[in-house]
Amino acid sequence: MARGLGKYIVIRGLMIIPMILILYTIVFFFLRILPGNPILAVVGTKNIPPEQLKHLEHLAGLDKPLYLQYFDYLWKMLHGNLGVTLASPMGKPVSSYIALRLPATVELTIFAFTVSVLLGIATGVLGAVKKGTSVDTGMRVYSIVAYTLFIPWFGMMLQYLFGVKLHWLPTSGRINPTITSFHSITGLYVIDAIIERNWAALGSILKHLVLPSITLGTVLSGAYTRLVRNNMVDVLSQDFIRAYRARGVPERKVLWYALKNAFIPVVTLMGLQFAILLGGAVLTETTFNWPGMGTFIMDRINYRDYNSIEGAVIVFALFVGLISLTVDVIYALLDPRVEY
Amino acid sequence: MLLEVKNLSVYYYTLSGVVKGAEGISFSVREGEWITFVGESGSGKSTVAHAVMNLVPSPGRIVSGEVLFNGRNLLKLPGEELRKIRGKEMTMIFQDPMTSLDPLRTVGDQMVEAMTVHGVDEAEAKRKAKELLEGVNLPGDRFNYYPHQLSGGQRQRVSIAIAMAFRPKLLIADEPTTALDVIVQDSIMDILNGMKEEGTSIYFVTHDISLAVERSDRIAVMYAGKLVEVGTVDQIVENPLHPYTKALIEAVPDLWKEGKVRAIPGYPPDLRSPPSGCRFHPRCPYAKAGLCDTEEPDFREVERGHFVACHFPGVWRK
Repeated sequence: MARGLGKYIVIRGLMIIPMILILYTIVFFFLRILPGNPILAVVGTKNIPPEQLKHLEHLAGLDKPLYLQYFDYLWKMLHGNLGVTLASPMGKPVSSYIALRLPATVELTIFAFTVSVLLGIATGVLGAVKKGTSVDTGMRVYSIVAYTLFIPWFGMMLQYLFGVKLHWLPTSGRINPTITSFHSITGLYVIDAIIERNWAALGSILKHLVLPSITLGTVLSGAYTRLVRNNMVDVLSQDFIRAYRARGVPERKVLWYALKNAFIPVVTLMGLQFAILLGGAVLTETTFNWPGMGTFIMDRINYRDYNSIEGAVIVFALFVGLISLTVDVIYALLDPRVEY
Repeated sequence: MLLEVKNLSVYYYTLSGVVKGAEGISFSVREGEWITFVGESGSGKSTVAHAVMNLVPSPGRIVSGEVLFNGRNLLKLPGEELRKIRGKEMTMIFQDPMTSLDPLRTVGDQMVEAMTVHGVDEAEAKRKAKELLEGVNLPGDRFNYYPHQLSGGQRQRVSIAIAMAFRPKLLIADEPTTALDVIVQDSIMDILNGMKEEGTSIYFVTHDISLAVERSDRIAVMYAGKLVEVGTVDQIVENPLHPYTKALIEAVPDLWKEGKVRAIPGYPPDLRSPPSGCRFHPRCPYAKAGLCDTEEPDFREVERGHFVACHFPGVWRK
């Protein structure tokens, strides 16, 4: 069985390669279709001497034919080199920016993901256990409303209520800038603060995480609510649940077994939701001025910084691919009926 | 008396109306006997069986009645008290062996848990579980199997093995053989019979009256949410008093005789609005207008131990 699982992981891992190739191709050509280029975006005007423009384009490698640009970057990428920034500032390695920004996004998505799953399970189980009552209807409404919320609007509402009106929580950034005793090592602030035993910093970091993760987590929880509720209703009506009760198994345990069974399709959804989670992270980061990959990509799009955007998208894709691989493995381990 | 059910009614509150799944059911089960409930799909036989365990699935509700198990009303018992009785003194096995075991847990885990929740320690439960598996003719190594690795008959045997753990006083078997082939069916019936011989009362539910006749001591016939006739096997087979029971017996195909099976004309009624009077009157060849369609017959004892709800019991013989 273990050998089967290893083979399964390798095959699923190899499938990430074409996914990244396709994504790179799409992003590469779409960026070139956009009007303007990095040089013009930085200079901000078309009225620069043509020879100077030529020179700058040559420095950035933009004077080469498109197909050469495409394969150049692809070749570099295969060697783990994401190139250099093309604009403002020019010539810095893209990977150094990503190393700085990715941990912020990872931290945000982990918290938002946890919030979404917990909220989704809680509301879904509640709806299922109270099936057919007004509580069930309430959870149904919650799921639709949460699913259709627009992240920047919802984020701003929370910022207004908890930040501006109540002064409970900060509305932007990752940590209170007046805390100077904190130095990040991994970029994952929560972990760093714990390693350094810097509890003041940890408090501030967690406070900064609350609103962004609730914003993103709530929006993503809607889909879980529906799925958990429907699966739970389905599982609860099955004979093995009644059999548990008929054997005198305590109700709390019965609900736990029901949840475990209802959870299997939810694991699949988690993998699918993860891509949406990262998309949502871009919007959440801009709303909360969160210095992660999302704000980085938005910023680089303004500069038409082709290399940075391509690099960031590929790292995102790799991230999604690895997560969905992990989810598939968890699924296989969770359900004894899955053959691999 | 081991089990006494008095005036039990169960309604299902569905979106399209209230389904009167079972109404005014009264009967009793003696220690060590095998009683079989017979009826068509939707007659309420499973509903009553679930109600006895106080396990009526939502949106069903027990709206009235008492279920006295050793004199204690299970419907009024606090949850924890009821839990202690379930699985230990009374238990239930279900129709579909495909869905009556948790697909995510091994057979052994589920068997052991059934015992540890009643205070047996884990090591003892493990030892006992293997013994129980052998008791239903399954190799002890099935302990480590997941349900999907077993056949339907094997799974049903696992369910029975779990039910046997504490030698309960009452076993409710809700169509346990319906989904199985005839040979496997027979072996399951043998195992249940063995339990009966060790003192467990068997409360068996089936739509197949020929299956009921073989092993039962008594038969209870249900129609459209009502108990229509109860008696010993001899009384029911040799001397049925309700026209529905008679029709049910005549509908059993006989391999050795020529001719068609005599089906009962018509369909069971919609229990959202059951017929007035006797619920069988629209299909009954002996129904008398002005009586059977207006007045509900009492469920009464016509000979010793033989109960029937009919205005004209055994009328065809007169």
